[in-house]
Amino acid sequence: MKTDDLIDMLSTNVEPVDHRQIARNIGMAVAAGAAVALAIVFFVLGPRAGLSSFATLASALLKVAVTVVVLIPASIYLIRLARPGGERRTPAVFVAAPFIAVIVLAALSVTFAPRDHWSGAFSDEWLECVISIPLIAVLPFAVIIWVVRQMAPTDLARTGAFVGLLAGCVSAIGYAVHCADDSVPFFALWYGGTIALCTFAGWKLGPKLLRW
Amino acid sequence: MAANEAELSGLMRAGQRGDTAAYRTLLSRLSASLRAYYKGRLAGIGRSAIEAEDLTQEALMAIHTRRHTYDPSAPLMPWVHAIARYKLIDHLRQTSASMMDLPIENDEDILAQDDHVGTESAYDLKRLMDKLPDKMRRAIQSVKLDGLTVAEAASRCGMSESDVKISVHRGLKALVTSVARKRRI
Repeated sequence: MKTDDLIDMLSTNVEPVDHRQIARNIGMAVAAGAAVALAIVFFVLGPRAGLSSFATLASALLKVAVTVVVLIPASIYLIRLARPGGERRTPAVFVAAPFIAVIVLAALSVTFAPRDHWSGAFSDEWLECVISIPLIAVLPFAVIIWVVRQMAPTDLARTGAFVGLLAGCVSAIGYAVHCADDSVPFFALWYGGTIALCTFAGWKLGPKLLRW
Repeated sequence: MAANEAELSGLMRAGQRGDTAAYRTLLSRLSASLRAYYKGRLAGIGRSAIEAEDLTQEALMAIHTRRHTYDPSAPLMPWVHAIARYKLIDHLRQTSASMMDLPIENDEDILAQDDHVGTESAYDLKRLMDKLPDKMRRAIQSVKLDGLTVAEAASRCGMSESDVKISVHRGLKALVTSVARKRRI
């Protein structure tokens, strides 16, 4: 085939395209992932008891809010990564900043917390948390990967890592509705740890799943 | 004549809005830059000009099917360069060449030269088209090769207009995939 023939074919009857579609589709994928995670938690695990009391609701919402602080900049960064060469335009450090800030704050509050609070990190729920968050993240991960595949990321490992981070965050938001342990060490260790695990999994899977 | 960023990104923005003439100019200008880029990279490691032409065509197809990923507020050439380099690395990985041979480069490299001496690629469009599902093949034949409007193609193929558009879009993507798969064998 001659290149000029290919150019003729490609440029005949060119359809207009919408460049804003990238941000819209990633936003929708993250929202759909959150809906899936919440649905799984509500129908499979069940919401925690006492959500109608203000104190319980507030501590659940606090966990959700902290996760959203990590989720939003990571989504914006993924929108950039989904475009060819996007990884050159912003260093990942800016996006990791909220995550690191949350970890540092958690570490500080843990350091100043009385020693016996540490036992809270190994309450009965930790195993359930470690299993649930990565499991719930599988479907949101698949949805976001599928959407990003239609775009054109050129740094597949990093893009995969951020898809994993988003899936982990979305899953943690859902799990926070079920989880009855509100201690900071528990949250920092098991939520932080499982989200990091999802990020690592995405980093490993990205180059295989995102090729185009 | 080296390509000019402001002019090319203007052509791309017009192409994104559906301006056929601007888009055709853009693709032929980019094909010359891409050909020079791939010939330069491949010559250093003893590969043929046909391979450079294959890659040029693959990059053009990728640019076309992913043109919605270009952000009009950003410069165009870094975007083209990222696609060109991605396709090159993918190609070398498939054909198991050492990536150590690939020199470090910057965004300007792809602007540096043009090469208008095209050879034929190893791809046979007719044979690739034959493998497409019937609907996609007829839609691409009518709209992309015979140059019918979407409405004319719809009545010729007995499909709805949106069906024709979707078939063309999916068909082009399928062509890109089959080109990539063919290389892997």
